[in-house]
Amino acid sequence: MNDITRHSAAELSHALATGELSAVEVTTAHLERIAEVDGEVHAFLHVDGEGALAAARRVDEQRAAGEELHVLAGVPIAVKDVLATRGLPTTCGSRILQGWVPPYDATVVARLRAAGLPVLGKTNMDEFAMGSSTEHSAYGPTRNPWDLDRIPGGSGGGSSAAVAAFEAPLAIGTDTGGSIRPPAAVTGTVGVKPTYGGVSRYGLVALASSLDQAGPCTRSVLDAALLHSVIGGHDPMDSTSIDAPVPPVVEAARRADVQGLRVGVVRELGGEGYQAGVRQRFEEAVDLLVGAGAEVVEVSCPHFDYALAAYYLILPSEASSNLAKFDAMRYGLRVLPAGVDEPSAEQVMAATRDAGFGDEVKRRIILGTYALSSGYYDAYYGQAQKVRTLIARDFEQAFQQVDVLVSPTAPTTAFRLGDKLDDPMSMYLQDVATIPANLAGVPGMSLPTGVTDEDGLPAGIQVLAPAMKDDRLYGVGAALERLLLEKWGAPLLAHAPVLTAKGA
Amino acid sequence: MPALSRDDVAHLAGLARIDLSDAELDTMVGELGVILESVAKVQEVAADEVPPMSHPLPLANVTRPDEVRPSLTAEQALAGAPAVEEQRFSVPRILAED
Repeated sequence: MNDITRHSAAELSHALATGELSAVEVTTAHLERIAEVDGEVHAFLHVDGEGALAAARRVDEQRAAGEELHVLAGVPIAVKDVLATRGLPTTCGSRILQGWVPPYDATVVARLRAAGLPVLGKTNMDEFAMGSSTEHSAYGPTRNPWDLDRIPGGSGGGSSAAVAAFEAPLAIGTDTGGSIRPPAAVTGTVGVKPTYGGVSRYGLVALASSLDQAGPCTRSVLDAALLHSVIGGHDPMDSTSIDAPVPPVVEAARRADVQGLRVGVVRELGGEGYQAGVRQRFEEAVDLLVGAGAEVVEVSCPHFDYALAAYYLILPSEASSNLAKFDAMRYGLRVLPAGVDEPSAEQVMAATRDAGFGDEVKRRIILGTYALSSGYYDAYYGQAQKVRTLIARDFEQAFQQVDVLVSPTAPTTAFRLGDKLDDPMSMYLQDVATIPANLAGVPGMSLPTGVTDEDGLPAGIQVLAPAMKDDRLYGVGAALERLLLEKWGAPLLAHAPVLTAKGA
Repeated sequence: MPALSRDDVAHLAGLARIDLSDAELDTMVGELGVILESVAKVQEVAADEVPPMSHPLPLANVTRPDEVRPSLTAEQALAGAPAVEEQRFSVPRILAED
């Protein structure tokens, strides 16, 4: 193999199994790639070369000893900095956790380590996953490998960019309203938000506990399925974890069949406000599915029009409560208020949270505090919870008519860094198509549909399925991916500009 | 819905224990106003008879057997603390002087 970093995880797994490559060679190649391009991309907040190589050596030794290994053993991975990693810094992109080293692993991370995936490092993100561009990281933005002046999506822009820039074949993201899917769309990669409860949240620093879900960020649908099956499944350490087997995602990805499948195009997601090229690539993708034997109909989910509003009440409410734990007492930053002799714990907490949180986090904490205040609770949080029920019912009714739903993933391609920083509502709109799935808890996938004619940047299609039917995403995704590959002749990322040490 | 005043935001910031500067308060009043106007859209939905949904899964009282299992040592638990004293979290005073 000439350039190791260009290969998919499935290809690397095969080369490792046949002895064509060692885990140390594969990990070294990715660490070299990170050293070469991450100065420009800034996908990583922390790189753990030593730890990754030690894990790779262990896999090589086990393989030499004839031990039975997981299919992804020796394939390196990048982990979003919102998951606790024992012995590795975990900042959530926030100043308030600068330098914090967790004493335990998140279940997702423990499963990666147990399967023998070397952890390359921690990826950049909007602070506490609040944002749609990775510009709200306290450590500076990540840049889109397709155009370094543009955003890689958010909150998991570090994970999507790491995969798109060939710094890692696999990454873990988390998706509360779209932090895996729109980043995948704007970087030309694949991202999956599993069914809520399908992947353990233990050790995932909570943004909104009823919405958060970790999932795969990859360059192919099969790779996502392989990773999904490593991290998914019941965990007694998470009381909201579903006690059922992981859906047959790898089998579905290999079958890649849409013959007779009923596909619903969501009327409310895709009209006004969606870029022409994004819509055009989406419609072409739907046509390909029709050509492959899928039955396509239009489906209406009328309450999706209220999803963004409900989400921006529910999320801040849960976040304001979850982030109360950053109190400057047990871990993280402690800042003493200026000019106060012998300050109280309360004053220290308020000074620390002002110094340690960024603007977007403060905005959402205060919004949540308001939505939960007595006198406003019924009008805001309570009403948003009722709308959430109506959105879940829209999904139920839609899935009585069709097997999966589809829409464009994000309304636009990647915008320029700084374009939406002063306009929070316009930033929030980037997740308008992905939020309904989080509110209802259903799984969703984004995969590339091509680059648009107007700006040459990637666009994505979103596939949604009923809860615990994650395998359907992979069947549709893999079928569409194969058809698009035939059309393009090479993976979309082969058309991305070449990154060098000096930038594109 | 009454618009948020600067005093309202200062009060909320106090409840949320964030010591916002005057400049931050000025910016936040305007931004929160725009966001609140937009999210108030949920009030257009007739949902009086609709039950609220707090969570995607129909779960209740998930428990586990009450068994001793390995946990963090005191040293591990204290390792990230801003200040430690006598194997405990050391915190600023919690009571007012008067």
